[in-house]
Amino acid sequence: MPKTLRYAIKHSFPIFISFVPVALAYGVLMESAGYNFVWTGACSFFVLAGSLQYLMVSFFAGGVSLATVAVMALMVNSRHIFYGLSFIEKFRSFGLWKYFLIFSLTDENYSLHCSHNFPDDINEKWAYVVTATLPWLYWVVLSIAGALIGTLIPFDTTGIDFALTALFIVILIEQMKGADNRLPALLAFISSITCLFFFGPSNFILPSLLITVALLTILRARIEPEKPEKEGN
Amino acid sequence: MAISATESIMIIAVCTACTFLERALPFIIFRGREVPDIVRYLGRVLPMAIMATLVIYCIKGISFASMGGWVPMVIASAATVVLHLWKGNTMLSIFGGTICYMVLIQMVFV
Repeated sequence: MPKTLRYAIKHSFPIFISFVPVALAYGVLMESAGYNFVWTGACSFFVLAGSLQYLMVSFFAGGVSLATVAVMALMVNSRHIFYGLSFIEKFRSFGLWKYFLIFSLTDENYSLHCSHNFPDDINEKWAYVVTATLPWLYWVVLSIAGALIGTLIPFDTTGIDFALTALFIVILIEQMKGADNRLPALLAFISSITCLFFFGPSNFILPSLLITVALLTILRARIEPEKPEKEGN
Repeated sequence: MAISATESIMIIAVCTACTFLERALPFIIFRGREVPDIVRYLGRVLPMAIMATLVIYCIKGISFASMGGWVPMVIASAATVVLHLWKGNTMLSIFGGTICYMVLIQMVFV
């Protein structure tokens, strides 16, 4: 277990760094809306979705029906629908832990699960579970810290959230290095940049992923000429 | 608090349920049956496509109205790519890129 924990800490460390400003600011925002650290901690513990939690602060101001809340919540996180597709069989093999891994399938955890590189003597299930648990802990603890002491942070953290962008760039490079065909990345870039142009920053991701899935399906024969049996990435 | 504690708890419950439901959807759809070949194929190729989409998602806020709106993001992203292709050390690439970005937006393009 210590070995698994050490691996998971190392693997998830960039997530910790990128959570620092976002989680702290979230706690401060919740405080200013009249919700103390208990509420902040509960939201981070149960919802575990950064952009939705920010949006929820506006729901807390009142005047929004629960039906609207549900629709908005589904729309903000619609990209998450696609994440499970790569892990259906893997998570199935993990028994009841499947439910926790699904619950914790954030952008960050998805990227970590796509880039696992643990030594052979580590149990695969625990590598996934511990890696998924740590960012959850970081998120809860840091947002509570934000609610309690967020306004006292002594240094300027502006821009530190670039750590997440950098992590995604690094994982993408690693995937492209190991891939037989890099067309999926190119298609996704073209689709997302085009959709960003037409739908704007807050609405582009769902149409972009739908178009990407369509293109990947149409171009299957070109991307994957023979069907390899390996699972995952 | 503008609304009652009960109403707030309802909002948290709805958001928790909706988020979980979305993350669980592929597992619900293919519950108890063989995953179709085309879905397995998508499961293999989507990670690369989704990471590329998430990179764009992260930089979606750039603006071409001023230099400060896009130059730091472009330089820091390029620095991350170059560092990673050169050294291949994940931590070095991430921290190098991030420090580069922080210096650029806090000191150069204020």
